[in-house]
Amino acid sequence: MMISKWSWFNKTSIIVGFSFLYIPILLLVLYSFNESRLVTVWGGFSTKWYGSLLQNEGILGAATVTLKVAAMASTMATILGTMAGFSMSRFGRFRGRTLFNGMIYAPLVMPEVITGLSLLLMFVAISLDRGMWTITLAHTTFAMCYVAVVVQSRLTSFDRSIEEAAMDLGCTPLKTFFVITLPVIMPAVASGWLLSFTLSLDDLVIASFTTGPGATTLPMKIYSMVRLGVTPEINAISTILIGIVAVGVVITSVLHKRREAQRAKDEMLASSAP
Amino acid sequence: MLPDQLDVKVTSQPLHGSGVLRFVRECPPYRWAAGLCSVFGIQSRSLTVAVPYLWLLAFFLAPFLIVFKLSFSEILIAMPPYAPLYEMAEDGYLQITLHLENYSLLFQDDLYWKSYVSSLEIAIVSTMLTLMVGFPIAYGMARAPRPWRLPLMMMVILPFWTSFLIRVYAWIGILKPEGFLNMFLTWLGVIDEPLIILHTNIAVYIGIVYSYLPFMILPLYANLEKMDISLLEAAADLGCTPFKAFWKITFPLAMPGIIAGCFLVFIPAVGEFVIPDLLGGSSTLMIGKTLWAEFFNNRDWPLSSAVAVVLLLLLVVPIVWFQRLQAKREAQLN
Repeated sequence: MMISKWSWFNKTSIIVGFSFLYIPILLLVLYSFNESRLVTVWGGFSTKWYGSLLQNEGILGAATVTLKVAAMASTMATILGTMAGFSMSRFGRFRGRTLFNGMIYAPLVMPEVITGLSLLLMFVAISLDRGMWTITLAHTTFAMCYVAVVVQSRLTSFDRSIEEAAMDLGCTPLKTFFVITLPVIMPAVASGWLLSFTLSLDDLVIASFTTGPGATTLPMKIYSMVRLGVTPEINAISTILIGIVAVGVVITSVLHKRREAQRAKDEMLASSAP
Repeated sequence: MLPDQLDVKVTSQPLHGSGVLRFVRECPPYRWAAGLCSVFGIQSRSLTVAVPYLWLLAFFLAPFLIVFKLSFSEILIAMPPYAPLYEMAEDGYLQITLHLENYSLLFQDDLYWKSYVSSLEIAIVSTMLTLMVGFPIAYGMARAPRPWRLPLMMMVILPFWTSFLIRVYAWIGILKPEGFLNMFLTWLGVIDEPLIILHTNIAVYIGIVYSYLPFMILPLYANLEKMDISLLEAAADLGCTPFKAFWKITFPLAMPGIIAGCFLVFIPAVGEFVIPDLLGGSSTLMIGKTLWAEFFNNRDWPLSSAVAVVLLLLLVVPIVWFQRLQAKREAQLN
């Protein structure tokens, strides 16, 4: 049948669609190597914008703040989110369950301006000094909900009999979690951490609301530069960030493939054992 | 036997490494977690719920109540710039003053209600556009040879991992009068004068479609991939044209994916700030931008709280509707 084939229409829509997704990014990367100050006129190959980036202390400082915030927020979010996801999938109906579920799902669909505004108003109300720490608290709060959802969906497809076996053999619930459950759901926890890290790295709106004097994150810095005009320096920062993401994705997929291969080998060994 | 061999392997492995490593190995996290719990006399189970619960109460629910409270307050030139809602009157009574001016202003001043209406308008139009762009891509992916599908899906997700701000920024260079699009079209000879796209609503539509396309493609693809192609073959055998078969079979079957994709694009698009701010012009009204300006430029905290409360009420309707629909579908499947 003609219908079940990959028709020319399907191919064209994929090619056009992926060009739409990737051409803007490719142009951005390409023109970061432009000699000319004009972003859209090609003036020859040069890496001078990367050099000027390394001398820009404002950008380097902002990058440091962003990385610190992202590392702390994503770690805290992973711990809290794993606890929340575990509670949601394992503890059945506990008191206040509906409110808990609501508070986990609501931040995922909440406009960032509202989340940012409400957190700032609270920090002011309890007169907390605003700065890097308040950004970290804010990022932890919305990232933990993503982690909770990822972990919860992993736990629903989890074979509970191995947990039960451990507890039958006298393992305490706490030990069962750390020795049996956590190693099995580790890939989900790790991808939750990675997701939180990128969400924190990316966030402009919530950070702008919750920041205080002296704490400028990289997105805030880029935003203020973009407002002043398009410059090759912004292209250079963007290229570095895209490069980091690309390397991260490649490493993760290689590790994943290797693990899958190892598992296949183990399974073959186990099935061939007498 | 295999288990014995494994046992020997584990015990014969020496504990090498520094003292810290040995400490970590001999004292795994569950042991100190258990110790901590027993010291405070709490069950680990209740602690697992309580910690994230209290965190969300403190950093998610409490902030909302504060926004709600503040929206009834009055602006004051001070730090923080709002008047307290309640004060102790002289005779010992608690006096509460609710100012409703913020809310009445939202409906009287053109700027605010027009921002709400135009946000909804822009979000609806761009959601439809995203569906029109995303559907053929998801369909093509679902019909691709099996080994191609996972890499194609990875390629859809990949831009999502790169910074949102950067992806929006990339479009400034493309859409501006001397940008790539105009250069390309002039070179083709299609246009003589550059098109003015940047700082118009068209640029905002393009920005939203581009940024949220993965959210549309993924649920659509998940849905279309599961579709039974023999249904289309049956329709063709019975003399149905491909066009008619699409509307009679593919489209209704893809409906859950379409609804999920539209929801995932529409909800964040309504409150969007970065795209209308960077790509839109001064005539582009969107409520996220208005709230931002009210807060950062006018420093009117009570009014921006009222703007946030009304925006939330607007979004609650589609969110609850979507939740109900999902619950009904799950009940049907079981």
